[in-house]
Amino acid sequence: MDQFTTWDIARNLLLATRWTILLSVIAFIGGGIVGFAIMLLRVSDLKALRALSIGYIDILQGTPLLMQLFLCFFGISLIGLEVSPLVAASIALTAYTSAYLAEIWRGCVDAIPKGQREAAESLGFGFIDTLRYVILPQAVRIAVPPTVGFSVQVVKGTALASIIGFVELTKAGTIITNATYKPFLVYGFVAIIYFVLCYPLSVWSRSFERSLRAAH
Amino acid sequence: MPLIEISNVHKRFGDNEVLRGIDLSVESGEVIAIIGRSGSGKSTLLRCINALESYDEGSITVEGRLVERRSRDVRAIRQTVGMVFQSFNLFPHLTAGGNVMLAPRIVQSKARPDVERIARERLAQVGLGEKFESFPSQLSGGQQQRVAIARALATSPKALLCDEITSALDPELVGEVLRVVESLAASGMTMILVTHEMSFARKVCHRLIFMHHGRIHEIGKPQQLFEFPQTPELAQFLSALG
Repeated sequence: MDQFTTWDIARNLLLATRWTILLSVIAFIGGGIVGFAIMLLRVSDLKALRALSIGYIDILQGTPLLMQLFLCFFGISLIGLEVSPLVAASIALTAYTSAYLAEIWRGCVDAIPKGQREAAESLGFGFIDTLRYVILPQAVRIAVPPTVGFSVQVVKGTALASIIGFVELTKAGTIITNATYKPFLVYGFVAIIYFVLCYPLSVWSRSFERSLRAAH
Repeated sequence: MPLIEISNVHKRFGDNEVLRGIDLSVESGEVIAIIGRSGSGKSTLLRCINALESYDEGSITVEGRLVERRSRDVRAIRQTVGMVFQSFNLFPHLTAGGNVMLAPRIVQSKARPDVERIARERLAQVGLGEKFESFPSQLSGGQQQRVAIARALATSPKALLCDEITSALDPELVGEVLRVVESLAASGMTMILVTHEMSFARKVCHRLIFMHHGRIHEIGKPQQLFEFPQTPELAQFLSALG
């Protein structure tokens, strides 16, 4: 085995960080789309649709992300489909993210006073138009800080994908540690990289929150 | 045919029966005030006419169309019967003009130039022609409520329901809103107003309804009801007002 310099360690970790970012982006975009749909069901007038979305949210929030990753990775292969760790991790993280975003956004929609919905209805707006033109434009403003805040959880959550063999930042750290026997140095780097990814999101979320409060 | 026909309407919230058999027909051009204690069912009745609440028994029709929360007619009925709320409920993310334009644009799919012309007309009608670009947060309570009236008029409804529209206003702002209502009444708009403004009800309304325990307890010409209440409940209600 060649000798690893500190630069080699850092370089390889940074290369693996690309996969952490990719997985985070997939989970966030996928989770955003699915979560939006689930949120729509959650606030609909139809009891059956609400029950369906509550079930979805409860199951995903009530089980560890790690189990969701295992079930995706091993479960999908049970039905005869070969899935790569990236695909399995993307599906599991999308589902996990969607459940939380649906619930966060539902809270934002609920925070809009009931009179807004009634005013729109009394003008002849249907459910979808009421949401689109009256509720969502107002809900989006208050949804930004918690949504950006939750994206930090998504970035950190991708670390669990290392368990099913997906070589992102954490898995790369483990591999390099096994080769270099310098766990403190390597995992120290890993932690710093996660922090550099997450910290701007936290700051961003807080500044959004402040500007919202200033607007009121 | 009456514009609005209410027949034997009952409404329950759980065990609490808030409407206990309401019968009322409203002719086109009529202005009706509903008075009564809080909890007498007057706001609920108004909300049933616009299908914001469902009712359990009886029927309400607007131009012969049955008002039912789940029916396809609801959206058409709501464009025929506008509603103004106690707390204005203006859309805070839109300007005064935006508030008035939204329903003609989205619900009635009218072209943008028409929509803007309608909105400017309606705002001028309530005396706020120059506030087209103002956001609700930049307007006084009285101005906000007048924008809300303009918004309710934007779809050219045949009747307007006003649910205690001056109750949330500072006393000095009540007059400007009532003047708008009065001019609407003079122009022949059909209106049902739930109100605490007795002198206004007396001056402007054709008929007065006193509601008590979910029933129409007394109904008649305002003059007559105010001066010769037939029931002790109305007499007591009026004397409590001083």
